[in-house]
Amino acid sequence: MIPALAIILAFQLGGEAAARATGLPVPGPVLGMIALVAALTAFPRLGATLAAAAQAILSALTLFFVPAGVGVVAHLGVLRDAGPALALALVVSTVAAIAAGALVFAAVARITGKGA
Amino acid sequence: MDAPDLALIWSYLAREPLLWLTATLTAFWMADRLSAAAGRAPWANPVLGAVILLSVVLTLTGTPYADYFAGAQFVHFMLGPAVVALAVPLWQARARVRAAALPVAAALVAGSVAGIGTALAVASAFGVPPEVLAALAPKSATAPVAIGIAERLGGAPTLAAVLALTTGMIGAVVATPLLNALRLTDWRARGFATGVAAHGLGTARAFQVNETAGAFAGLGMGLNAILTAILAPWALALFR
Repeated sequence: MIPALAIILAFQLGGEAAARATGLPVPGPVLGMIALVAALTAFPRLGATLAAAAQAILSALTLFFVPAGVGVVAHLGVLRDAGPALALALVVSTVAAIAAGALVFAAVARITGKGA
Repeated sequence: MDAPDLALIWSYLAREPLLWLTATLTAFWMADRLSAAAGRAPWANPVLGAVILLSVVLTLTGTPYADYFAGAQFVHFMLGPAVVALAVPLWQARARVRAAALPVAAALVAGSVAGIGTALAVASAFGVPPEVLAALAPKSATAPVAIGIAERLGGAPTLAAVLALTTGMIGAVVATPLLNALRLTDWRARGFATGVAAHGLGTARAFQVNETAGAFAGLGMGLNAILTAILAPWALALFR
């Protein structure tokens, strides 16, 4: 558990440092995740070290959203003014994204001859 | 000896991180039990329940969000390591990904562009201000990534979290009826698109429906976290 946490935190730290050093708009943890996928591909044995800790962290993933979500109390003004427009934007865009993604996946799978 | 003054005890506890850390975990626990009792229906989301519960408590006790966050930041911190940890399931799914590489790549771009583009187009058509658009642009990415992207674009991280969570809940509710109406039967396509559009909450929903759909939803969530980080700044520049 402790080696796994140290490795995960080290990749996050490296990602944060790289994001700040390069000024990329990509968040540090995302760079850390990309680097960790690359490291796992290069050293597959790392997977066994990390699997249990990663699963433990990800099983509690929804809990970690709560403190930021409670921040809604600080934005009640914005939500009152822009609430209906934002709600419409979220519904339209979620429907569009699911439909576009699924239709394109199925079409390309058919063309490349690997349909389900 | 005087009886302990409750106001003094409260003012002590309210200064310490312990109180709001405990409150956050307890509220989530209660909301999670409620969600289980409701048969894990998409609307009975434990995050939404905990947020409502804590918002009511903060309002009733007159606690500013900054005071709450001093305690809750220990939970919030874990979002970073969680994003890094997404690398493990992504890497574990590598064989499936390689087999469906072309459909996955095409659907990722289509779903991500459609989601960001329509969200910004609708919101800016209704005159939503630019700093709110910055919090809206990354809403299809999983919340910790959406928060990080919004911060970089000059949007409020907490607003980004609320918009991402709402997106996830909408996706979890509409995915099955929408995909049935489109007559799509490929579980990989259905799951992947749901993960791209509605991240973790969509993925949780996909796992309830079909195992293959769930695995591809997790893949869609992970890949779109990366693509959104790249696309959102460009898309935002077009709309403001």
